[in-house]
Amino acid sequence: MPEQQSLTPNGLQALLDALQARGYRIIGPTLRDQAVVYDDVQSLTDLPVGWTDVQEAGHYRLARRDDDALFGYAVGPHSWKHYLHTPVQRLWHAKHERDDIIVTTEPPEAPRLALFGVRSCELHAIAIQDRVLLGGHYRDVHYAARRQDNFIVAVNCAVAGGTCFCASMHTGPKAVAGYDLALTEIIDEGEHRFLIEAGTPEGVEVLSELPARQASNEDIALADAILASTAESMGREMQADDVRELLLAHLEHPRWDDVATRCLTCGNCTLVCPTCFCTSEEDSSDLTGTEMARSRRWDSCFTMDFSYLHGGSVRASHRARYRQWMTHKLATWHDQFDTSGCVGCGRCITWCPVGIDITEEVKAIRETSQEAGS
Amino acid sequence: MAIQSDKLALAHDPMTPRVMRVLKRCHDGPQTVTLDIEPGDSAPFQPGQFNMLSVFGVGEVPISLSGAPTDHDRLRHTIRAVGPVSTALTRLSKGECLGLRGPFGNGWPMQQAEGHDVVLVAGGLGLAPLRPAIYQLLSERERYGRITLLHGTRSPADILFHREIMAWRRHRNIDIEVTVDHAPPDWRGHVGVVTRLISSVPFETGNTLAFVCGPEVMMRFAIAALKDAGLGDETIYLSMERNMKCAVGFCGHCQFGPVFVCRDGPVFRHDRLGGLLNLKEI
Repeated sequence: MPEQQSLTPNGLQALLDALQARGYRIIGPTLRDQAVVYDDVQSLTDLPVGWTDVQEAGHYRLARRDDDALFGYAVGPHSWKHYLHTPVQRLWHAKHERDDIIVTTEPPEAPRLALFGVRSCELHAIAIQDRVLLGGHYRDVHYAARRQDNFIVAVNCAVAGGTCFCASMHTGPKAVAGYDLALTEIIDEGEHRFLIEAGTPEGVEVLSELPARQASNEDIALADAILASTAESMGREMQADDVRELLLAHLEHPRWDDVATRCLTCGNCTLVCPTCFCTSEEDSSDLTGTEMARSRRWDSCFTMDFSYLHGGSVRASHRARYRQWMTHKLATWHDQFDTSGCVGCGRCITWCPVGIDITEEVKAIRETSQEAGS
Repeated sequence: MAIQSDKLALAHDPMTPRVMRVLKRCHDGPQTVTLDIEPGDSAPFQPGQFNMLSVFGVGEVPISLSGAPTDHDRLRHTIRAVGPVSTALTRLSKGECLGLRGPFGNGWPMQQAEGHDVVLVAGGLGLAPLRPAIYQLLSERERYGRITLLHGTRSPADILFHREIMAWRRHRNIDIEVTVDHAPPDWRGHVGVVTRLISSVPFETGNTLAFVCGPEVMMRFAIAALKDAGLGDETIYLSMERNMKCAVGFCGHCQFGPVFVCRDGPVFRHDRLGGLLNLKEI
């Protein structure tokens, strides 16, 4: 078992300083527009100190905590894909020169990114996007470049959000792999400290530069208790073990018609989802047609254009588009990438403007299929 | 934690098109043009594969290769003007530049077909992705059993590769039946949907492969007719079409249930589609 050490809040600031000294751009949770979003972080005061979030289906509010916890909330609308699989990426630009066209590939940017405050569900989400964008015959060069110099500081969740269900998806709340350093925040009898353990040689090296001391057995037990309590207080749960078979056996279930009466096909769920990876391409040119470029941007299977084929959209109805999203996420993702596409972060539930709850939709199909004896 | 460096062997970015010139452009029916494009350093292609063709400043679409795989002097594509990009492609003239990525996807099961009868069912422009397979079947004629091509179009004017079909009929050992939906008074051939021709085709049940390409509704009826005629699902191959942006499995657009049409297809053995073709809006 890796050795756990203990850091004071000042010690955690020393971690930020150490990462900056190593040339990392640190991205972490900050407050903006009354939400926790991932942005540049230099000091601990940039974090949402003393804030938590209240999440329910179609509901997100920040609220004050009665302590100065740095990580006392669940996840906000942002995920790390904003920085790894960016919303807009120019692929190439081209120029007419006499009667020739010169195409220049956009060089991949490889920023040294330190991702600070990554939750266990998010580590799983990053691993899933790694499979999608790097695991096949072709590799996404831009994603690869943005992933190559990451330093990941994970945070074990001390609170579960109202829409969280990582425990039932086996993706949290404790970070088990994919991090350089992992933190557990403890506030006990007014004393604020962090247990910290390294997951990689670079993590060990950085940790050795910090004013850390050996963690006490009491604190290690306390951290375990915190994680157990988080796992038990999940706002949602999903019986996920057989959900692939359940959904694929019920592609014509009446529940798809029911959810279609509620779904606005706005695409919010796909934008906040940390694993949704779909993109579209857009060509542009200047007025004279001398300079041209192609960009890709996040797209959503909820748009009509997404499945457009000469003559119309393949998935024209709300029913078909919701079914595509949910069956892809929970069922066909297994066929394609040998993993679920859902990590139980709950963002799609929270940020759905009409509060559609993926766990409820699965439950409804499961219950009625059992009634029907199928 | 950073990813392993062995995953970062950045080969040539598959998303960047190579600039090629149009060698020749000819009409092949209403709103339909065949472009011969210089091959550059393109890899050899398999019958059934496709390229992504770009008109700079307009956009990019997937277009099947429609020429002979053994022809290394040109990449032939047959394009119908149905949207902004395909229309712009059909307006390119000799010497103009376009962008090309590919070839992508899998191909028709040419090796599995050796020693078997082959029935090709083509609806409309669906003959274009089948033509490279026909060239290969005919050039290695002795390797295959009876070869039958069934081609259905809207009207006699829409018959794709008309003169070539006449030449195949005259000189080659291939049975060809053509049918039209709407016939003028001077038409002496079949009238009606192409799937109705299937029952009249002589082939050896248990020793036949079917290659089907056309509109999805036509392919559904073709599968039913082929199965009525005694073919099993595992002997029926289809070329699927879906919206495609990247052609390499990143963009998500071409999903058809569990498969990416660009990466796992476009040619699928029917039993591997798990009956999804019978559901709407998949």
